[in-house]
Amino acid sequence: MEACTEEEQVKLLGWLRSPFVTRVRIALALKGIQYQFIEDDAENKSQLLLQSNPVHKKVPVLIHNGKIVCESMIIVQYIDETWDTKAPNLLPKDPYDRAIARFWAAFVDDKLRPSIGGVLMGQGEKQQKAVEESLANLSLLDDALRASSCSGNAYFGGVEIGFADIALGGGLVSLKAIQKVTKTVLVDPQKMPHLCAWIDRFFEIDLVKGILPDPVKVLERISYLRAKFTSAMAGN
Amino acid sequence: MEGCGEEEQVKLLGAAKSPFTARVRMALALKGIHYEFIEEDIHNKSELLLKSNPVHKKIPVLIHSGKYVCESMIIVQYIEEAWGNKAPNLMPKDPYDRAIARFWVAFIEDKFAQSVLGVFNGQGEQQQKAAEESVANFLLLEEALSGKAYFGGDEIGLVDISLGGLLVFIKMLEKVTNLVLIDAERMPVLSAWVDRFSEADGVKDVLPDRAKIFEFISGWRAKLT
Repeated sequence: MEACTEEEQVKLLGWLRSPFVTRVRIALALKGIQYQFIEDDAENKSQLLLQSNPVHKKVPVLIHNGKIVCESMIIVQYIDETWDTKAPNLLPKDPYDRAIARFWAAFVDDKLRPSIGGVLMGQGEKQQKAVEESLANLSLLDDALRASSCSGNAYFGGVEIGFADIALGGGLVSLKAIQKVTKTVLVDPQKMPHLCAWIDRFFEIDLVKGILPDPVKVLERISYLRAKFTSAMAGN
Repeated sequence: MEGCGEEEQVKLLGAAKSPFTARVRMALALKGIHYEFIEEDIHNKSELLLKSNPVHKKIPVLIHSGKYVCESMIIVQYIEEAWGNKAPNLMPKDPYDRAIARFWVAFIEDKFAQSVLGVFNGQGEQQQKAAEESVANFLLLEEALSGKAYFGGDEIGLVDISLGGLLVFIKMLEKVTNLVLIDAERMPVLSAWVDRFSEADGVKDVLPDRAKIFEFISGWRAKLT
């Protein structure tokens, strides 16, 4: 049972539309951990945020019994290791399987996110190049899911969602919004059947449904960003 | 004792000049793990490299009992976990301390590396700005070290390996560009760490060759200007 005394206090700083905050919220929910969500403001960051993450000044920030943990996938690992006796395990036990899970989570952050960011921010040839990179990156994820399903796994390396699923899943609502706003098709059902099946499956998980950000608010934010980027370029 | 049978075979695909390869070699050396080093020509990538790292086609790649592990810091964590019973531990036991170690590794990989690359690639004002950012990032690392012998405490850990792999590159970059990034006056603890780390057992034999790195950076900078 969750102790909600001073000693076992868990707080999460963030804003709901953030894919990174969503990742942590999914991990906390999977583990059944009670916490206080402190809504911050991207345009007007609180003192608490600036003090607890002075290096990056970014959300999410987890505060557990006064200890501050930053960076979404680092927080997810922290949650898994701190509450290691609580099922489910977010990372597998085997060191090789853990390395694979970390590999794909790193791929999402280092390769996929920048390419999709390029689609959102770019125009003309630059945007086209970003689209091609995004398609290539999503195809690689599709391949990885195909391999997983060959081993009888519905998710990246497991019959339940885990580390890499959380890394990718946190950004799905944003990804949909970006495709809508830029009128691009990045997740191609014909070319990426396994990825599409994984996305459908992910969205159907009850626990996830309750946590994914409001698509209307995310669309609003993505539209605003697109307008900002394109007017900035037009202004030059 | 090291099993050197087919089941326990460890190979490392890498390049002696690469900071990323150096990180993995440090981890293997610290743990006392025997391995076969396969030098790759990055301008003429081998079939084995393309097969073992099809996603990134980059070194280093660790091949352990036929399994491929990619990405230097993921490999280092793998080594720590696969040989978890072999001292030294490269990661602390406590989840919070582990999170802090991972935080600084991520910082070194992302923000810090970017600023150093800015010095490597930049010119004029751009380079100056990158140098200032690098110094600011080094000051954060100075603070994080907070008087300890190593980031890992009394012994070398994950963060030391992450930064340590880049050390020769950074020192030679300072020499080629005449820019001071690790300022001994402002960063006394970090400067001491540099000397201590460079001389440590397991590390000193696997550091990239200074002359070769100097040559590489000079050549690169000459092409830019």
